[in-house]
Amino acid sequence: MSSFDVQRVRQDFPLLHQEVRGRPLVYLDSAATAQKPQAVLDAIVRFYQHDNANVHRGVHVLSERATEAYEGARETVRGFLNARDAREIIFVRGTTEAINLVAQTYGRKHVGPGDEILITQMEHHANIIPWKMLCEQTGATLRVIPVDDRGELVLDAVDALLTEKTRILAVTHVSNALGTVNPVKELTRRAHAKGIPVLVDGAQSVTHFPVDVQDLGCDFYALSGHKLFGPTGIGVLYGRLERLEPMPPYQGGGDMILSVTMEKITYNRVPHRFEAGTPNLEGAVGLAAAIRYLQALGLDAIAEHDRALMAYATQALESVPGLRLVGTAREKAGVLSFTLEDIHPHDVGTILDREGICIRTGHHCAQPVMQHFKLPATARASLALYNTREDVDALVRGLHKVREVFR
Amino acid sequence: MSSGSDDLKDLYQEVVLEHSKRPRNYRVVEGANHEAAGHNPLCGDQLSVTMKVDGDVIRDIGFQGQGCAISRASASLMTGVVKDKTRAEAEALFEKVHKLVTEGPESVDVESLGKLAVLSGVSEFPARVKCASLAWHTMRAALEGRDEAISTE
Ligand SMILES: Cc1ncc(COP(=O)(O)O)c(C=O)c1O
Repeated sequence: MSSFDVQRVRQDFPLLHQEVRGRPLVYLDSAATAQKPQAVLDAIVRFYQHDNANVHRGVHVLSERATEAYEGARETVRGFLNARDAREIIFVRGTTEAINLVAQTYGRKHVGPGDEILITQMEHHANIIPWKMLCEQTGATLRVIPVDDRGELVLDAVDALLTEKTRILAVTHVSNALGTVNPVKELTRRAHAKGIPVLVDGAQSVTHFPVDVQDLGCDFYALSGHKLFGPTGIGVLYGRLERLEPMPPYQGGGDMILSVTMEKITYNRVPHRFEAGTPNLEGAVGLAAAIRYLQALGLDAIAEHDRALMAYATQALESVPGLRLVGTAREKAGVLSFTLEDIHPHDVGTILDREGICIRTGHHCAQPVMQHFKLPATARASLALYNTREDVDALVRGLHKVREVFR
Repeated sequence: MSSGSDDLKDLYQEVVLEHSKRPRNYRVVEGANHEAAGHNPLCGDQLSVTMKVDGDVIRDIGFQGQGCAISRASASLMTGVVKDKTRAEAEALFEKVHKLVTEGPESVDVESLGKLAVLSGVSEFPARVKCASLAWHTMRAALEGRDEAISTE
């Protein structure tokens, strides 16, 4: 897999080749959103130049082509996640909507007063609020798997938290605030042993390593196109067919029904039952192009690059005096959260920005885990397949500059 | 156009850094009769302002909380400047500071701002305007006696 050539990969991403603030751009914020390869941009333009029409409804040639492109994208996602059946792939707006969909369909049907929903302390707000809302609607209670000081889940606490009242376990595969990779296969095994379904938030995982939903065994898997080098406004909910089939619809509208009279509605089959209205066609087309791009590079080769760069960056950051990594799990992917002496992350971010270096500062939409570390905010550098050791070196130089300003 | 480094020097002037490291009036005012809490959800900054207002005059003011260098320095400078000012004077200062950090030093009579002029560098950093104004919004809320939490969003 030595064929992965990061300099060549960078050539595929037009946005990276620009100067900002008079300096070459160093983009270290891919966990917030990733840049797009030319192949994705081309696919979207080609779709509008040749194939655009509404799907599933026209008899004409363009509608046929558009439907093929859209359903073809579904098949591409199926292959990417190794789902058994393309019907298990539902297109949504992103991870946030995927989780809301499960909470409001599966959740509303199966969760009642006194029941429990189990999440973890390190979830993104997208995997907290939909469950909190469901609890408020149903009278259920939210329970939380704690994290330790490395930012790993306290696995010893899990079995006691999986009770006969637990209706679902919702856990992130990779923490966007800490970088921790959670043992979701093991967690799924334990939950399933008690008959509890599992939803995995895959927003930060699929970008860094191959994911096989059958191997993980989870019931639901959510991801966002824009973090996977695809367009904004498209995402995926994978759901095992046995789970999806009995689930009530999410939103109402066109495409999600088979027949309507004013007296009776017959809902469409999975996955269309969950895709009301004209879907995000260009999004699906762009996401499929992103996945094909990644597959052509080789998912294992990308994983290897990301792992090596993560190890390099961890060492490099640890060499900066006064820098403390927040999240030191044994297994991490893509994310380096840190504090620098008692300099506020916002100030760190501003000074780095003037050096052309983009990082994220703040609570990363994961306030509960920040509270665990007793921090209001951290600085976060995140890595992607187009980042290089030079990017990391630039970050380290920038951090020295921050220390100078605050000396 | 000034270079990135010059902008940084304007933003993190010595006085700003000094105030952020050793903020003045970092305390709860004893016998305070006005207070408010401010919050910047974007960066998680939180601060509280307590005041003793005697008739129309701010006799004492203090702040506490966590935040970046800009928000701490701005809060610290503010407490020094509005002490012994009338409500109207404090309001007027806020208006000027707001203009200064959003529109830049050319937009106001900088002389009249005294020490607060060191906040002028903020205008080159639109993302930091909220940091510089948080303490002021909170002070105003305390003066007006609104007791709901103040947010910059
Ligand atoms: C772990 C995790 N979950 C969920 C989300 C929400 O994703 P989106 O905003 O694309 O719906 C994010 C994005 O920041 C994330 O990092």
